Amino acid sequence: MASQEKTKLVLLACGSFNPITNMHLRMFELARDHLEDTGRYRVVKGIISPVGDSYKKKGLIEACHRLEMARLATENSDWITVNDWESQQSEWVETARVVRHHHAELISSENINDDVDTVRCGKRRKLEQNKNICQSSSYINTETDTPHLKLLCGADVLESFGVPNLWKSEDIEEIVGQYGVACITRCGSDAEKFINQSDVLYKHRKNIHVVREWVTNEISATHVRRALRRGQSVRYLLPDPVVRYIQDHSLYSSESEQKNADVILAPLQRYTSTN
Amino acid sequence: MAVQMKTKVVLLACGSFNPITNMHMRMFELARDYLKDTGRYIVVKGIISPVGDGYKKKGLIENCHRLEMARLASESSEWISVDDWESQQPVWVETAKVLRHHHAGLISSGDSDNNDLDTVRCGKRRKMEQNRNICQIDFSFNTKGDTPQLKLLCGADVLESFAVPNLWKPEDIEEILGRYGVVCITRCGSDAEKFISESDVLSRHRKNIHVVQEWVTNDISATHVRCAIRKGHSVRYLLPDPVVRYIQDHSLYKESEQKNADDILAPLQRYTSTNYRYTQNCSDPFASFFSVAFGILKKSSYLFSAQCIVLNIMPGKFLIRL
Repeated sequence: MASQEKTKLVLLACGSFNPITNMHLRMFELARDHLEDTGRYRVVKGIISPVGDSYKKKGLIEACHRLEMARLATENSDWITVNDWESQQSEWVETARVVRHHHAELISSENINDDVDTVRCGKRRKLEQNKNICQSSSYINTETDTPHLKLLCGADVLESFGVPNLWKSEDIEEIVGQYGVACITRCGSDAEKFINQSDVLYKHRKNIHVVREWVTNEISATHVRRALRRGQSVRYLLPDPVVRYIQDHSLYSSESEQKNADVILAPLQRYTSTN
Repeated sequence: MAVQMKTKVVLLACGSFNPITNMHMRMFELARDYLKDTGRYIVVKGIISPVGDGYKKKGLIENCHRLEMARLASESSEWISVDDWESQQPVWVETAKVLRHHHAGLISSGDSDNNDLDTVRCGKRRKMEQNRNICQIDFSFNTKGDTPQLKLLCGADVLESFAVPNLWKPEDIEEILGRYGVVCITRCGSDAEKFISESDVLSRHRKNIHVVQEWVTNDISATHVRCAIRKGHSVRYLLPDPVVRYIQDHSLYKESEQKNADDILAPLQRYTSTNYRYTQNCSDPFASFFSVAFGILKKSSYLFSAQCIVLNIMPGKFLIRL
């Protein structure tokens, strides 16, 4: 079989990750399988980008913990990594800006080396033993141009494009037009219907990959936090190292859930105070 | 605060575990939390008992693999362990018999050492010291020094399967509910309660049936997992990592789905060949119930019990096959 030219892809997931769960990690695996099944893509990297504290979401705990939990969750993955650029910014950063930042990073690292696999070498050596699990196929020729960056998200994010003052319309245009979205939906969700009903999404529908989730695995972080408040087990919903970390640091109490309770979410504050 | 006397409980889950998933493991955690919350129980042990190959379920791979995967899944758990007695029997064993066997085991080990509150094997416990945090075992309460109670841990589909003709012996249902008790994990919105109230035998033993609402929809169906593996898709984060690795190392589930495709499920074979005749009488409320229940059960992913739910019914023949 002649080796096909495939487009290299990097998947970027933005979110609270408060805390990260097995479902978040599943999203990456599902998206990679779906995109590679098309025969057109090879997914070379996944990036988890936790939002900064200044997002002011109710119950959002400190970024240092959320970052560390995400790192623990991905330490045995040879393609999914955590990036702290977004959370280190002093103010909340629009998703389109985060995507732009990571795209610029990809371009500059392509200029530095022509290594086909963009996963950091140090991490790759460390994870040799896990190569089996991750099934990375490194034998196919790929173009050496910059990988394409796509936003990885759930259907709820796509549908949130319709919420007034949550997104700037030019940002939505940029995200779906210039980059693209891999959207994980659960069976029965009407992501396609929503795309159809939105002009800007419909225009860029070829850039929106809808990935059907065949296993209903709605591990809601909200529910996880609630269980923790009540002293219930969250084992097997989150990776073990994350469960341990939460217990060692006594995270997610009733107090933490009240954080930002009286504060307005950053995008709403920003967009309603302009224009 | 006066110390309360709590009843020690051991949870036993029977099923195919083909393969074991994070959802199976979750069931144990949910059940333990629930029983502890009642203030009356303390769960001291969980037992995974994979069914033997003699069950003849379609797609059931060799029990040596299923046992090993279950062991890998539970190796880091301080209280959940795997037992191979059921799978080692030469023919399929009714669930009631498995319960009886384990109950006898609890009685005899209770006689020999009853100072140790925690019945988990010591070797395993030492090894698991580092995971003590995760498992949150609570040793602060006094418990009655008698034998722990054994309860069957299962999904709502198993409870509902009690109504399927020729799948269970009535006396077994009576024994499981009356003598031991059931902890039943249901997903939100399930009508386990309704089903219980509509069944005489279940209603009679209502106090012995603990219905645990699952607040997170986590339907990791082993059937879907096997399907994903056949397609070469990732099942990471649906099963514990060591189980994913084991499946890859042994190339499992690539072509195994047709195993037993032409066989009849063991309980059906056994009970239709003895006095437990099934009549094709559709006015029988149970028969019409279960043909409706099939629609529900087909979507169910709680396939734990050895007498598990069927996925296909051949129209006109009412012959149940998996």
